[in-house]
Amino acid sequence: MNDFNFYQSKAPVDAIQEISSLENAKYIAGGTNLIDLLKYNLLTVEELVDVNHLKSESVKELENGAVLLDAFSTNADTAYHPIIEDRYPLLSKAILAGASAQIRNMATNGGNLLQRTRCYYFYDANTPCNKREPGSGCSAINGYNRNMAILGTSESCIAVFPSDMCIALSALNATVNVSGPDGERKIDFTDFHRLPGDRPHLDNNLQPNELITGIELPEKGFVSNYSYLKLRDRNSYAFALVSVATAMDLEDDLIKDIRIALGGVAHKPWRVKAAEDFLIGKTATRDNFAAAAEMIIEGATSYEFNSFKIELAKRAIIRNCLMALHPETQLPGAQPSA
Amino acid sequence: MQTETLTQPLEKTNSKIITLKINGVETQISLKPWVSLLDCLREYLDLTGTKKGCDHGQCGACTVLCDGKRILSCLTLAVMKDGSEITTIEGIATGNGLHPLQKAFIEHDAFQCGYCTPGQICSAIGMFNEGKAKTEADVKELMSGNLCRCGANTNIINAIMEVKNGGDHE
Ligand SMILES: Cc1cc2nc3c(=O)[nH]c(=O)nc-3n(C[C@H](O)[C@H](O)[C@H](O)COP(=O)(O)OP(=O)(O)OC[C@H]3O[C@@H](n4cnc5c(N)ncnc54)[C@H](O)[C@@H]3O)c2cc1C
Ligand code: SF4
Ligand code: FES
Ligand code: FES
Repeated sequence: MNDFNFYQSKAPVDAIQEISSLENAKYIAGGTNLIDLLKYNLLTVEELVDVNHLKSESVKELENGAVLLDAFSTNADTAYHPIIEDRYPLLSKAILAGASAQIRNMATNGGNLLQRTRCYYFYDANTPCNKREPGSGCSAINGYNRNMAILGTSESCIAVFPSDMCIALSALNATVNVSGPDGERKIDFTDFHRLPGDRPHLDNNLQPNELITGIELPEKGFVSNYSYLKLRDRNSYAFALVSVATAMDLEDDLIKDIRIALGGVAHKPWRVKAAEDFLIGKTATRDNFAAAAEMIIEGATSYEFNSFKIELAKRAIIRNCLMALHPETQLPGAQPSA
Repeated sequence: MQTETLTQPLEKTNSKIITLKINGVETQISLKPWVSLLDCLREYLDLTGTKKGCDHGQCGACTVLCDGKRILSCLTLAVMKDGSEITTIEGIATGNGLHPLQKAFIEHDAFQCGYCTPGQICSAIGMFNEGKAKTEADVKELMSGNLCRCGANTNIINAIMEVKNGGDHE
């Protein structure tokens, strides 16, 4: 790590003012991603602006029925909050499928949205990487690309966004509240993260110095039929090869509403509206889910070592939609139901 | 080779004085902001019970309790914890007696080299405080942030389960 200054901010405006007055400063929340990057010298900073003291009530019910997650509260406090366990169990399960208990006790909701990719080449400063150093090239495309994306890739970057929490937030149609030098705004979750295109160094559409202050969940939390499935090389404490969040609303056997979001396959949580629309009004059968899976994975391209992900993703979608019919059978850590 | 590289970079005068209550003892210390809590404990305060494994959040060896919650001391800066209460493995035993978990680890042969043990024990205490582990499957999942390179995992889980079922973990 390089030497840097440390500033403990007292209020969002104070944090934004402080960071805006500096050339090269960063907010620090849990630090679980930022400190790791600093230790590898993938990043140097002049100052860290600590936002931990901005923390307030971790989960708040709003008047319009929506629920507001505090950006500075921890992933653990959010996942175990009674309102989240009761009203948004999909989110609770997805958060608990990520990292380890210690990391979830440190990691914040805001920081989770901004964690960087785990592409090995991004983490290895000795290799070219367009995300780390724009214009230097992509080592993964012709390298060992087993973990990389199959959807929405570009010639510049094939990295995946590694969050679990965000896959559930995507399925729940969350909104991100941000505050910046030019005031406050709200960003739909689907518009928050971006595809690599020719500017893979940008992970999301946040403007410089903007601070995430909260995440809003619409009233509808899908309490009866939901499931989060995370497939990985070991059953716990590993990033997803493919993950699926399914939120379903059933009336008798008919699907009234459904959301299917994929993790581990793209630069952002992946949703295909056409596939969800196709399922609405249909019965919750394996065949229908299989047809939707084809639509979701349509256009997927694979690289030398990750072609297995295409079939894996299809099967994961089908399995997880079936698991959503019996959410009580979900095992800890988002392992497949028995 | 440029001659500038021979001169030391200007040191920033940015040390901070922080207070940590460590194992019940209030401790003031002046530190650079980039010092991790782990290095603060081991290098500045001689509390070497907390181990450095990976230094990148991947093994759990550095687990300590911060205000009762288990965290990774390698991925936090000491200055971020100003004013907090920290419990390390040195603060687990009370008086002359070992903590029930420490006894159970001995009885169950739950370590070989012992390197992961301080982190395993602090993590298990944190897990008990959280109160979310109901079954053995939960315990395995919630202890999965602590890796044991010697492969003592089965005995570690047995030791933890015994204390959990015995109910004397408070
Ligand atoms: C070993 C390991 C395994 C992991 N496994 C998983 C996993 O399986 N699944 C998963 O989803 N995640 C996993 N994680 C990632 C972890 O969830 C993230 O590191 C964490 O969520 C980041 O949150 P933080 O508060 O620590 O962020 P920090 O590290 O503090 O910050 C991350 C970034 O966000 C910025 N930032 C933070 N808060 C704000 C804010 N409010 N507004 C604007 N900018 C902000 C910081 O400037 C920084 O750029 C793992 C991490 C580790 C170390
Ligand atoms: S996939 Fe993206 S992050 Fe990985 S090396 Fe290529 S440009 Fe870098
Ligand atoms: S040393 Fe902190 S997790 Fe390995
Ligand atoms: S006993 Fe050796 S690492 Fe666990």
